[in-house]
Amino acid sequence: MDTELMLKVYPFFLKAALVTVELSILTGILGLSCGALGAAARLSRFRFLRFLGAAYVSVFRGTPALIQLFILYFGGPQIGIQLDAFQAGVIGLGVNIGAYMTETMRGAIISVDKGQREAARTLGLSQFQTFRKVTLPQAMRLMIRPLGVNINALIKGTALVAAISVVELTYTAQRYIGSTYKPFEMFLIAGVLYMIIIYGTGRAVAWLDRRARIV
Amino acid sequence: MTASQPFIEVRQARKCYGEIEVLKDISLTVDRGQIVAIIGPSGSGKSTLLRAINDLDPLTAGEVWLDGVRVNKTLPHRQYEKHINQMRQHIGMVFQHFNLFPHLTVRDNVTMAPKLLKGISDKEADRLAEEQLAHVGMLERIDYFPSQLSGGQKQRVAIARALAMKPKLMLFDEATSALDPELVEEVNLVMKKLAEEHMTMIIVTHEMDFAASVCDRVIFMDGGVVVEEGPPELVFRNPTQDRTRNFLRKHLEGAK
Ligand SMILES: Nc1ncnc2c1ncn2[C@@H]1O[C@H](COP(=O)(O)OP(=O)(O)OP(=O)(O)O)[C@@H](O)[C@H]1O
Ligand SMILES: [Mg+2]
Repeated sequence: MDTELMLKVYPFFLKAALVTVELSILTGILGLSCGALGAAARLSRFRFLRFLGAAYVSVFRGTPALIQLFILYFGGPQIGIQLDAFQAGVIGLGVNIGAYMTETMRGAIISVDKGQREAARTLGLSQFQTFRKVTLPQAMRLMIRPLGVNINALIKGTALVAAISVVELTYTAQRYIGSTYKPFEMFLIAGVLYMIIIYGTGRAVAWLDRRARIV
Repeated sequence: MTASQPFIEVRQARKCYGEIEVLKDISLTVDRGQIVAIIGPSGSGKSTLLRAINDLDPLTAGEVWLDGVRVNKTLPHRQYEKHINQMRQHIGMVFQHFNLFPHLTVRDNVTMAPKLLKGISDKEADRLAEEQLAHVGMLERIDYFPSQLSGGQKQRVAIARALAMKPKLMLFDEATSALDPELVEEVNLVMKKLAEEHMTMIIVTHEMDFAASVCDRVIFMDGGVVVEEGPPELVFRNPTQDRTRNFLRKHLEGAK
């Protein structure tokens, strides 16, 4: 193993890791937003919205994220959508992970005990007040861990945008392999950096989960 | 409101789940301050009837009236929501499984609804919580979370939560059925206290002794109909219907 080379190039990988983190954060924000909207649609009183939500989930979970990304980035210009690679990466991955988050959030909301809703409605709370004050706070606690799983998948999924040449960790590793012919070392650096990002995120999720535990 | 109108009236209530008719043309009235027990075998429709009164389980047909106002009015969705939320503020309900809000302290369980719906200040809310919790003997636990309470304590808090809305009527659906036997009495005592204060109550229960000691009237239901009703001494001591006799006999054997 060429450790000397690794020590020489790793600062460039750190910069790329920052791009991966940035990508993950933006994707995560977009994903959570899509997830919230998707869950709201899936649980809506209106049939059409329920249908839209279900269609969103099945389309984006039913096709490879890579294909979705390619359609957006390479196919987009054909239908008038011009995005740079980074934008396409964020939007493509965000909307994709949002479909998974839709199901996570919906699952958490419907697993709040029905008696909770009944007790709130019995006191005279409206549907919306019941959701805001009773169902949602409890669902939020339930969804932290499963959303953590989605976020873990999301971070690993950012590697896909190397395929549309966003200069993040995986792409950087590939580029250095092109000039050094040392795939083992280069992927090892990338792998370790992914692990650090994912480990850190996992700890943050666990911390949130502990804090949100009902006494 | 006419003078002759009963405080609570259920008129020809029918409830179907698909093909199955769970309530078959039930009518009953309850006067202000009256305490009524509903007894009957499992599946006879007691909960369904009780939950129809605050429209938690809407009736298929029939009317529910409270203090001269139709509870289950026919209105467009939005207007109905407003109307029913208003009505429910007057109808307290206590559940078998307490259904306290686990993410809120005892205090916030009691004050959440009054704060949201009556716009009372934090100070008034604190006073209300203290007053209601003292009433059920739970003042010392005001800053606890539900998970830190025993079943009996939870149920007493749930009663305080319902009373904090100053309801005209209280519904109890087997309030003590989920409790360990030694915790039943503390909840019964609270209910007795309410009875002494002339709270109008409809109590679904399996506890015949309790029903006999606090209720003015007992309704025996079976198969979705009211089989027999009357003062407890009549229904319990001298039932006129075979079905009532059988039920009471079986129940006595079961209790032993
Ligand atoms: N959501 C529902 N869907 C279909 N059937 C239902 C539903 N809820 C209740 N039932 C049926 O309605 C009947 C009456 O139920 P209900 O809960 O009112 O009985 P109950 O007298 O309260 O019984 P228990 O003493 O066991 O609480 C039962 O046969 C029950 O299976
Ligand atoms: Mg019942």
